[in-house]
Amino acid sequence: MIEMYILLIFMITAAIIAVAAKDLLSSVVAIGAVGIGLAMAFLVLKAPDLAIMQLVVEILSLIILVRATTRKDLPFNISGRWVFNTLATILFAVVFLVSAYASLKFMPDLGSPLMRVSKVYLSEGLVRTGAMNIVAAINLNYRALDTLGEATMLFAAIIGVLAVARKIGRKG
Amino acid sequence: MIIYMLCLVLFSIGLYCVLRKRNIIKIIIGIGIMEYAVNLFFILIGYVEGGRSPIYEHGQTMMKMVDPLAQVIVLTSIVLGLSVTLLLVSIAIKIYEKYGTFDITKINRLKG
Amino acid sequence: MNKSPFRYDRGMTLIVKTVTRFTLGFILIYGIYIAMTGHESPGGGFAGGVIVALSFVHIMLAFGKEVALKRLRSNLIRLIISLGALVFLFIVIASFAGRCVPINLFFARDISCHIFNNAVIIPICEMIIVGAGLFAIFVALVLLSKSDKEFE
Repeated sequence: MIEMYILLIFMITAAIIAVAAKDLLSSVVAIGAVGIGLAMAFLVLKAPDLAIMQLVVEILSLIILVRATTRKDLPFNISGRWVFNTLATILFAVVFLVSAYASLKFMPDLGSPLMRVSKVYLSEGLVRTGAMNIVAAINLNYRALDTLGEATMLFAAIIGVLAVARKIGRKG
Repeated sequence: MIIYMLCLVLFSIGLYCVLRKRNIIKIIIGIGIMEYAVNLFFILIGYVEGGRSPIYEHGQTMMKMVDPLAQVIVLTSIVLGLSVTLLLVSIAIKIYEKYGTFDITKINRLKG
Repeated sequence: MNKSPFRYDRGMTLIVKTVTRFTLGFILIYGIYIAMTGHESPGGGFAGGVIVALSFVHIMLAFGKEVALKRLRSNLIRLIISLGALVFLFIVIASFAGRCVPINLFFARDISCHIFNNAVIIPICEMIIVGAGLFAIFVALVLLSKSDKEFE
């Protein structure tokens, strides 16, 4: 799993650059690098559907973020209780990491999951649905109502964006 | 174990960005980093050592496959992340149009 | 639309426009291919829909706003989204009400009868919803940020 270490360190570096950059356009490009690294990590972890999906979605959200932030830069200002706020945030993150480390000991190791539900899908999926891709078989046959909810969620987001972005009702 | 911890370190970087930064676009970026970390954690849980991707072929020899259920759930999660990002960006543009800034400490006027 | 003084409304340079004319059809057909063969190779309806939306975004970035909106009116986009959503809703609700379990009505008893199989119908509906919807969001955001520049 040496390639997972390389990809994760690349993603963490890009995320730190995205958080710490003073220019908005640089940080948007850096989060694009995080997304591309995630797509490569999906490809290493044997999930080609998610790799295609993540790549395409990353391109679209990168275009929209760049479109939103062009020529709207803001100077970086620091004022008031900087030390206290930063220390409190870092303390919160450290508490989160320690408790996560304590609870990760009870999970199965990397590479040997339980797969109690997925065994049925893997053994019967090809015969019962006729789809060679088991991910598509689960997504469109066993969990079709889940896919309906996903499309409903996207539809609600579209309605929300069109309602926020309308120009009727504003005067002057 | 170390890979799980690196993934959670990525999550905590996003958490720091959301809690500490003042720019709205930086907060949206932090939410995106947290979402990436959680998706990667799901796929890491479902990974099988020496497995293949869950697509059948004619005449395959390697029969061990990775967990397809985690991939389906992450597929839904990516869609929801895209929806949330689009909605947040549109609200941020509207706030910029009204107040002329992205700084969340300057946005305190009720009307005007 | 009034005459706008901004440069990106007229599009990009000649090189970008020519390359866009060549690659546009390939991107569109690749999106439809990804959506149609999702049940036997990696892909699926959502990824295909996003690729279709990206091809329209490609036109809009290269040629400017007026040319892209001339091909695809806003009311037409909303009509397409609503039709796709209604067909999808009808399929899922009908299979749910008919046999109480969504896998029973549409799964392929005979592999050769693919015409009313949800390996084909649902990805196409999803592709239509996602493609038209994301392009509608992009159009709305572009119009919004343009009005914001006039506002200043």
